[in-house]
Amino acid sequence: MTLLANILIDGIAYGMVLFIISVGLSVTLGLMRFVNLAHGAFAMTGGYLASWLIRAQGWPFAFGAAGAIVLTGLLGVAIEALVLRRLYRMPELQQVLFTIGLSFLFVASANLVAGPEVQLIPLPSWLRDPIDLGIRTLPAQRLLVVLAGLLVMMISVLIMKYSRFGIWLRATVDNTQAASALGIPVEWVYALTFGAGAALAGLGGILGAELLPLEPYYPIKYLVLVLVVVAVGGMGSVAGSMLAALVLGTIDTASKYLASDWGSLFYFLVMALLLAWRPQGLLSPGRT
Amino acid sequence: MNAFMRIKAAPYLLIGLVGATIYFFFPAQLPLASRIATLAIFVMSLDLVVGYGGLATLGHSALFGTGAYTAGLLALHSTPNPLLGLLVGGASGATVAALSGLFVLRYQGLTFLMLTIAVGQIIQNIASKFRAWTGGDDGLSGFTTAKILGLATFDLQGRVAFLYCTGVLLICLWMMRRLMGSAFGLACIGIHQNRLRMAALGTEIQPKLLTLYGFSGWFAGIAGALSAQVNQIVGLDTLGFELSAEALVMLVLGGAGSLFGAIAGTALFTTIHHVASNVDPYHWLFVIGAMLVCGVLIPRERWGALMRARP
Repeated sequence: MTLLANILIDGIAYGMVLFIISVGLSVTLGLMRFVNLAHGAFAMTGGYLASWLIRAQGWPFAFGAAGAIVLTGLLGVAIEALVLRRLYRMPELQQVLFTIGLSFLFVASANLVAGPEVQLIPLPSWLRDPIDLGIRTLPAQRLLVVLAGLLVMMISVLIMKYSRFGIWLRATVDNTQAASALGIPVEWVYALTFGAGAALAGLGGILGAELLPLEPYYPIKYLVLVLVVVAVGGMGSVAGSMLAALVLGTIDTASKYLASDWGSLFYFLVMALLLAWRPQGLLSPGRT
Repeated sequence: MNAFMRIKAAPYLLIGLVGATIYFFFPAQLPLASRIATLAIFVMSLDLVVGYGGLATLGHSALFGTGAYTAGLLALHSTPNPLLGLLVGGASGATVAALSGLFVLRYQGLTFLMLTIAVGQIIQNIASKFRAWTGGDDGLSGFTTAKILGLATFDLQGRVAFLYCTGVLLICLWMMRRLMGSAFGLACIGIHQNRLRMAALGTEIQPKLLTLYGFSGWFAGIAGALSAQVNQIVGLDTLGFELSAEALVMLVLGGAGSLFGAIAGTALFTTIHHVASNVDPYHWLFVIGAMLVCGVLIPRERWGALMRARP
């Protein structure tokens, strides 16, 4: 019983981390039709910046994390506005090559700046202590991850559905020229959306630093995990990504607890079965 | 030069010439050249699927690794005959390709790509689990390779290995050129260009793609078996995602859809990797990353203009 509860708690926390990192990729891939294989690099950047701000600059955890997320978002906006914007009309293979090259540059830069060792983000005492929920005690860090995942999901769905910016985004994605003619600042919409995705990836990188250790090869190592979540969830579907991340995160955690010598076999087995069952993703937003 | 390239045997002569130059003038580079020849067969087999068939895959190393492990196990438990090892390695690669192709080829685009990754990861995890057979993380070793054609055994300078690899490369290149120049190969190119129109013309899409995938698995298996015989060890990395991704980068660097491009891309990538990683294992990522980024940002026409501008 305790084992089952542990698997569920760790699995859900792991799934939430996967979800927070992958939601930005789901939007760029599904709505903007841009294959961004450098997405993991933003998660790494967020984690590295947080580690630097908190450890080297002595900022408190919350401020360091917030600063790192903002900086990662700005970096995302800058990269989108400077180069990625030119790639939207190129064929997919070119986008794949460019973003793989970009990931390589991030890997090499991370090593150059911080060295090959794993970067740690020290947790403050209010996150290290367990919290008594009445039924059982949980590590506060797990609770924070789960809460953050739910918040990200709620806020992004609300913004996409009801806010002025969400309407602009959907209009821009449906027909860029018409949206532009109606006075929507399409370039800003693309840049801000990309920046928000990058910032969320940064948040995921910080929160998941214990599960996905921050090292220079991070962008390439965990890219597949994130791509799997997006493909299984359905590109462009935020709720689908959440569902896929929770299912796959729980499966992976369970197989680590119960059958660790099989490695990540079950993760990919379940992924293959889910994709075979629903090739467009669990909750495809109905676009093809 | 153009008139020379029109001669049927020209590509083989050119490779032979480059091979002879390396053999006689750069004997210290023979192990690197053997590695390039082995990988070139693998990248050409990837080219059949990606460049000709138009199916982007990131799980191709599963076929390479299967061939490598099969050849290693055959040499360890049954016979050290190298040519038999190549044939059995190729057959095992073709079998895995055909079986997995039955499943993954039903899907297209990103779904196909993700499923090939899944198949590759599943096979790698199975290989890691059955450590009694595969040696797990330590790799499969302790097997020997008999004399090539009963003539010569591998020497320390790697001369025999180099000649052997180059010979297999030439034979595979010839076979693949014949295959893709046949009516079957042209039909595959047609499917890549316009699936619907080929179906309307009466071509059966799925069987054609499955055959293509099987042939690709055959050549990937041969490449894997060759690498097992030359290196005398098979590691789990032969089944890994990194190998698939690197092979794709090599292919695109040289130009997908051209077998010579596949060879050139492999030679370029492997040489840069060798030189730059001697300095620092991370520095070469700067080089290859910059090459990829610039290659995309500067369109090909402008490269052509730059080349033409020179007298």
